[in-house]
Amino acid sequence: MARIGVFICHCGENIGRTVNCAEVAETLGTLPGVVHAQDYKYMCSDPGQALIRQAINEKQLDGVMVAACSPHMHEKTFRRACASEGLNPFLCEMANIREHCSWIHEHRERATEKAIDLARFIVEKIKRNQPLETIRIPVTRRALVIGGGIAGIQAALDIADGGAEVVLVEKEPSIGGHMSQLSETFPTLDCSQCILTPRMVEVYQHPNIKLMSYSEVEEVSGYIGNFSVKIRRKARSINEDLCNGCGACPKVCIVKKIPSEFDAGLGKRTAIYVPFPQAVPNTPVIDRVNCAHFKAKAKGIKKEACGKCKEECSRGAIDFEQVDSFVTEKVGAIVVATGFQLYTIDKDQPEGLAGYGEYGYGTIPDVIDGLQFERLASASGPTGGKMLRPSDGKEPKRIVFLQCVGSRDRAKGIEYCSKICCMYVAKHTMLYRHKVHDGQATVFYMDIRAGGKGYEEFVRRAIEEDGARYVRGRVSRIYREGEVLKLQAFDTLSGEPMLVEADMVVLATAMRAQPGIEQLAQKLSASYDGHGFLNEAHPKLRPVETNTAGVYLAGACQSPRDIPDSVAMASATAAKVLGLFSKEMLEREPTVARVDPALCTGCFHCERVCAYGAVEHKEIRDRKGNLIKVVAEVNAGVCQGCGTCQATCPSKSVELQGFTDEQIFAEINALAV
Amino acid sequence: MRIAYYPGCSLHATSREFDESLRAIAGRLELELVEIDDWSCCGATSAHATDHLLSVALPARNLALAEAQGHDAVLAPCAACYNRLASARHEVAASPEMAEQVARVLERPFGNRVQVRNAVEVLRERAAAIKSAVATPLTGLKVACYYGCLLVRPPDVCAFDDPEQPTSMEEVVRATGAEPVVWNRRLDCCGGAFSLARTASVVRLGREILADARRADANAIVVACPMCQSNLDFRQRAMLERGEEQMPILFLSELVGLAFGVASSALGLGRHFIDTSSVVRRLTPTPTAAAPKEVA
Repeated sequence: MARIGVFICHCGENIGRTVNCAEVAETLGTLPGVVHAQDYKYMCSDPGQALIRQAINEKQLDGVMVAACSPHMHEKTFRRACASEGLNPFLCEMANIREHCSWIHEHRERATEKAIDLARFIVEKIKRNQPLETIRIPVTRRALVIGGGIAGIQAALDIADGGAEVVLVEKEPSIGGHMSQLSETFPTLDCSQCILTPRMVEVYQHPNIKLMSYSEVEEVSGYIGNFSVKIRRKARSINEDLCNGCGACPKVCIVKKIPSEFDAGLGKRTAIYVPFPQAVPNTPVIDRVNCAHFKAKAKGIKKEACGKCKEECSRGAIDFEQVDSFVTEKVGAIVVATGFQLYTIDKDQPEGLAGYGEYGYGTIPDVIDGLQFERLASASGPTGGKMLRPSDGKEPKRIVFLQCVGSRDRAKGIEYCSKICCMYVAKHTMLYRHKVHDGQATVFYMDIRAGGKGYEEFVRRAIEEDGARYVRGRVSRIYREGEVLKLQAFDTLSGEPMLVEADMVVLATAMRAQPGIEQLAQKLSASYDGHGFLNEAHPKLRPVETNTAGVYLAGACQSPRDIPDSVAMASATAAKVLGLFSKEMLEREPTVARVDPALCTGCFHCERVCAYGAVEHKEIRDRKGNLIKVVAEVNAGVCQGCGTCQATCPSKSVELQGFTDEQIFAEINALAV
Repeated sequence: MRIAYYPGCSLHATSREFDESLRAIAGRLELELVEIDDWSCCGATSAHATDHLLSVALPARNLALAEAQGHDAVLAPCAACYNRLASARHEVAASPEMAEQVARVLERPFGNRVQVRNAVEVLRERAAAIKSAVATPLTGLKVACYYGCLLVRPPDVCAFDDPEQPTSMEEVVRATGAEPVVWNRRLDCCGGAFSLARTASVVRLGREILADARRADANAIVVACPMCQSNLDFRQRAMLERGEEQMPILFLSELVGLAFGVASSALGLGRHFIDTSSVVRRLTPTPTAAAPKEVA
């Protein structure tokens, strides 16, 4: 027979005003198996807890039921009290008679009845509770950071400075991300490269950071504290150990007219190239699609068409035969910092999106996007920082900026605000005016969203000091007459249609999730929204964690973000990772699913419904080693205790510990009687 | 391929050359045009300004006839007919209530199974066939492709090309060997049905279109809508500034016919108000296929 102690809390007046606590205690005291019942003003107070400890001792209780507030508030408190007297904490449960009863009812008698019911079925559950032991998992104190933009760089540096090792994987030949392409940054107009490149070098030189550029995550297995990650090191065609970055090879390359990705298509690069002078690592890469050597090889020409770079290299670092290689890294935490891509304006769009054929982007050379403007304004850009338009190299005297191209436009498939455009357009108008003193910048906007420290002041500065003309309205069409661009527009404040002439037009395009992010998210069991942005575990209280334990987020992979936000988020993520790494062993609640291998038929419905990838296959063999069957096994490190598998299992062979079918049915039966 | 043919009123009257030229080129593209028996008005400009149900039911009647006559697609060359037929099909498909109402007033079975195609769409699909059937390549001829307002809009109804940056006419023009020019007024309105009611507006709108085509160096404007054609052709003299040369306004099918070497009389080129001989002369170095006498 069970020996259960029952404690009813008044919570001051909170419960006591509506529920007759003494009556609840008295009624529950008559239940079979209940050997102690009492009510008290504040169970969570020290004297209240002392009552529990005393009863456990005096009456050799083997179960404790506290009817009080929500278990979210004080379950830990009461379980700790039980544990201090040697009672397994999982034999202590709470009935919520405050939020679920006294706060929402007025009728004292009926509320008391309900409180008795709520407490009664918890007593029935406790009779069937088993002592459970906290799960302890070892932690590999090493982090993987995916993406080497400003968010990934910041997260990697913070974790590495905290003393843990970091593997930083970047798919491009250099780290730096979009920030390395920017000219100056809002709201202070400091040079983007000047503040970024020291951090890039720091990454490269940090003893705790292992940088893998031109690499991608191929496979992820394991769970929090114990991930195993297979990384593809794409063939660079350069031996990184031999190359000293002298820069001789691009000079002799015969293929010179490839649009440069770094210059957003406005400049040219060679087939063997370093993306930009401050690249980290400063090791070239051969673009095999455009390289004359590889093109000849692909056509089946035996004789080597070109080997100029190889002949030129004094270190013998060029390796045309290099193939992709794979390395496996063991890490305890994964930070996703994969950033964003820009919406591509043109009428050719992926499924679900529509383009702006009416803006002539791609057919009118002087209609460019914001990133291209950054390159034009940048001292390291194709024009050396001179404001010259692409078509004829003339200085544009009239420039028009269009905000919200793609963003906030449900007809185009993107309903969200891309957040950074209002600010960078204001910045662009200032950069333009600082370079073209007699130029006029006009901005078409829907709303100006300048929330942030110094942001509103910055926009006002663009308007008041640098003479930007802001027009609230949309542009319906851009066309070219001779050398002049004409914009048909509508001023929504005056209600007038307008025809505006310009020499150059800049489109502030939407931020989109990276291509291929869905595949990466699936490898990590992380969820993403309809636009491909990764989901945080809680929008307010767990903003840098995902629903998969041990996988964290930083930067614009989670939603459109500017640099200050991305950096703040990266540091927050690093704090989370270092917090995880501060422990020798991870402790987890034992309320996870467990499979009975004797009953399991190996249908693996549980595996299909598990959102966390916690179900594994386990082979059952006889003594001679013959395979009898394959059953499911739940990895306790990965399981989040959601219970979906339990609800799905047709043979009732998987159960969530602490919430078994037997316990739940006992609760329901107690109510029905 | 057999396809139901819905000429509408204009192809039997003001735009007979559109009808003639389409029939003249259909054979070489293996198109058999079967005129819908007992077809009636599509409602075009007046019905949808008068009564919504009527504006759907009128085109639906013609679709029902085509269906009953065993067709799975109908070619409606006139852009207004095309737009009405396609809109009716779209609306009946989208709204069960409308389908029920239309079925009741039609008093005949209607399964909404017939696809609605326009001439540009059908010719674009056959661009490769056009290219290989060209007898007199129109090399050196610069044309401005003019879509007007109805052909590609609304986008949900006319889903065959991009509403803001269409390319299908240009593809057909390229197949004939002619060169489509880059210009700005491809999608502007010509004034449509207001030619008589508000002539001044039509002249003003047309002037902009002509001026831009001329600025782009076009020798002719190519259209696929009887209303665009008649506005730009018939009203052109009023649109021209002093001393400007006339701009021939050709139907796309006429251009294809010229490339096929069809005699210009068989294409109805003599029916234009603005002399088309400047285009024809450019293409026919031999005197045998000289332009017919202008009818004006």
